[in-house]
Amino acid sequence: MPSSVPLSWYLILSAILFGLGVAGFVVRRNIITVFMSIELMLNAVNLSFIAFSYQLRQVDGHIFSFFVMVVAAAEAAVGLAIILTVFKNRATLAIDDVSSLKN
Amino acid sequence: MDAILFLIFAAIAVGCGVNLVVQRHPISSALSLVGVMAALAVLYLLLGAEFMAAAQMIVYAGAIMVLFVFTIMLLNAGSERKTDKALFARLFGVPALIGFIVLIGFLIRTLLPKTENVVFGTFTEGTARGVGLKLFTEYLLPFEVTSLLILIAILGAVVLARKEI
Amino acid sequence: MEFFIITGIKAALVAFVLLTTAAYLVWIERKVLAHIQLRVGPYRVGPHGLLQPLADLIKLVTKEGVLPAQVNKFYYLLAPFLAVALALVSISVIPFGKQVEVFGYKTYLELANVNLGILVILAISSVSVYAVALGGWASNNKYALLGGLRSSAQMISYELPLALAIVSPLLMCNTLSLREIAEAQAGFYFGLIPKWHIFQMPMPQLLAFIVFLIAGFAETNRVPFDLPEAENELVAGFHTEYSSTNFAAFFTAEYCNMVTISAVATHLFLGGWNPPLPEVISNWIPPAIFVGFSLLAFYHATQTSPTRPWDKYTFPVLGVVLLGLAGIFTLPLLRDALTPLFWFAAKTGAILFLFIWVRGTLPRFRYDQLMKFTWTFLFPVSVVQLLATGILVAIVN
Repeated sequence: MPSSVPLSWYLILSAILFGLGVAGFVVRRNIITVFMSIELMLNAVNLSFIAFSYQLRQVDGHIFSFFVMVVAAAEAAVGLAIILTVFKNRATLAIDDVSSLKN
Repeated sequence: MDAILFLIFAAIAVGCGVNLVVQRHPISSALSLVGVMAALAVLYLLLGAEFMAAAQMIVYAGAIMVLFVFTIMLLNAGSERKTDKALFARLFGVPALIGFIVLIGFLIRTLLPKTENVVFGTFTEGTARGVGLKLFTEYLLPFEVTSLLILIAILGAVVLARKEI
Repeated sequence: MEFFIITGIKAALVAFVLLTTAAYLVWIERKVLAHIQLRVGPYRVGPHGLLQPLADLIKLVTKEGVLPAQVNKFYYLLAPFLAVALALVSISVIPFGKQVEVFGYKTYLELANVNLGILVILAISSVSVYAVALGGWASNNKYALLGGLRSSAQMISYELPLALAIVSPLLMCNTLSLREIAEAQAGFYFGLIPKWHIFQMPMPQLLAFIVFLIAGFAETNRVPFDLPEAENELVAGFHTEYSSTNFAAFFTAEYCNMVTISAVATHLFLGGWNPPLPEVISNWIPPAIFVGFSLLAFYHATQTSPTRPWDKYTFPVLGVVLLGLAGIFTLPLLRDALTPLFWFAAKTGAILFLFIWVRGTLPRFRYDQLMKFTWTFLFPVSVVQLLATGILVAIVN
C-alpha cells in the first residue's frame, strides 16, 4: 500500500463525478434532481480546480472554485424560484409535463 | 495514511454520486449530494485547500443544499414515476458513461505531464489568509462583480417568487 | 502512537464532561425555571433532585422506541443520530484552558487546534439544520413537517447575523483559531479593564455580542425562537413522533449545542479563560467564592424545616466538598492549570444561565415576527456594526 496517491487519481475521481452528474441530468425526470445533477457537475469541476492548484502550488485554483461556488449559489436561488413558479402554475415537477411550447 | 483517506472518501463520493442518480425520491438525491460534498471537503483538506473545505461545507452543504431540501419539503415532492424511456437509457447510457470515464482516465494517464504524489502538508497556502490576499488584490474586480451577480440573483428570486405572477 | 492515546483519553474525557454537563443543564434549567415560577422543581430523586438526570436517562433508554407507521425508516433513524453526532463534533475545536503538564506530558486543554476553528463551528452549525429538517420530514406527520420547514428557514436566516457578528471580533485579532483568539484578549487597559473583545478598543464589540447571542438563541432553537418545536401550536414540532433513545438524542443535541454556543461566545467576546481582574486579585476569587458557598451551605444546614428532613445531612457534606475545592484552588501547582478553566467555565455558565433566564421570562415570537426581526432588524444592524468595526480597525492600523 503506497502512502500517498498521485494527483491524477483526483482528476479521475473528478471525471467520474462529472460523468455521474451528466448521467443524472439525462436520466432523471424530476426537475429538482436534474438541478442537483448540475450541482454535482460543478462540484466535480471544483475538485479539478483545487487539484490543479495543488500541482501548480498556487491559490488561483481556489479562487476559481470560490467563484464557481458563488455562481452556484446565485443559480440555486434563481433556479429554485423558477421551480416554485412552475410548480405554482402547473402543480408538477416532472420536466416531461412542462412542455407547453411543443404543442 | 493519505492514500487510505483518499480511497475512503473517494469511495464515499462515488457511492453517494451513484446514489444521487439512482434514487427516485428527490430528498434521497439531495442527501446523497450532501454526502458527496462532505467527502469532497475532506479531499480538499488533503489537497491543502483548508479554506475551500470550510467554504464548501458552509456555502454548499450548509446553504445551497438546505435551500434544495427546503424547496423539496415545501413542495412535498414525491417519488418520480417510472417512464418507458428508462430502458433505452440503461442499454445505451451506462456503456456510454463507462466509456466516457475510461476515455478521460486514459487521456489523463497519457497526455498529462507526470504528476507528483499528493502529500498532506506540502502545500499550505490555501489558508484563509492566502486565499484572502489573492482574492482582494489580484481578483478584486471579479470579486466585486460577483456581488453584483448576487444582487441580481436576489432581485430575480424575489420577483419570481412573488405571489401574483 | 502517543498522540492517538492522548487524543483518545482527551476525547473520552471531553465527551463525558460535555454529556454530563448537558444532563445537569436540564436539571439546572428545571430548577431555575421552577424558582422563577415560585415552585421547587425536581425534588424527589436524590437530595434536591440531583439524581433526576440519571432517572430521566434510565426512563428514556428503557422506554419502547415507537416507529410510526409509514415513516421513511432510514431517514427517521438517521436524523437523531446526525443531531447528536454533529453536536458532539463541534465541541472538539473549542479550547478550555492554557497549556498544562500532566505526568511530564505537556498538552493543551483542547481536542484539536484547528487553524479555522471558528469556521469549523460555523460549518457544523450550518449542517446541523439537516437533522431537524430530516427528522420533521421523515416523521410523516404534518406538525413535524411544519416544524422541520420552520427550522430550516429560521436557521438559514439567523446564520447570516451570526456569521457577521463573528466576523467583527475576528477583524480585531487577525486569526481564526479559537486558542489564538483567546490569547489575543489577555491583558488589561490601565491595569483594570480587561482587553476582552466586548471592551476592546477601537470598537467595543458589545453590539456584536448581543447580535451573536440573539442569533445563537435562534440557532439552538431556544425560547423565544423555539418555533420548530412550539408546543402549543405544533404539539412538539419536529420531534413529535420521536420517543425513547431517539428523543433523548435530539434532547441531548439541543443542550450540547447550547454549551457550544456559550463556549464560542465566551471565546469570541468575553476573553476566553482570561480573568476579569488582574491576577493578583483574581487568583483569590475562585477560593473566596467556594468558601462563601460552603459557609452558605453550613448556614442552611442549621435552618432545616420539617419538609426537608435530609438537609441536615446533605448540606454539611456539600459544605465540606466546597471547602476542599477552595483548598485546591489555593495550591500554587494546581492553581495555574485550574484558574483559567474556572474562569472559562464561569463565563460559559453565566451565558448558559442567561439562556435559561430568558426561557423563564420571554414569550415566544410569532413566525412572521421572527422572520421580520432578523431580516429587517438584526441583519442590517450587524452589517452596520461590521462596517464600523472594519473602518475603525483600518484607521487604527
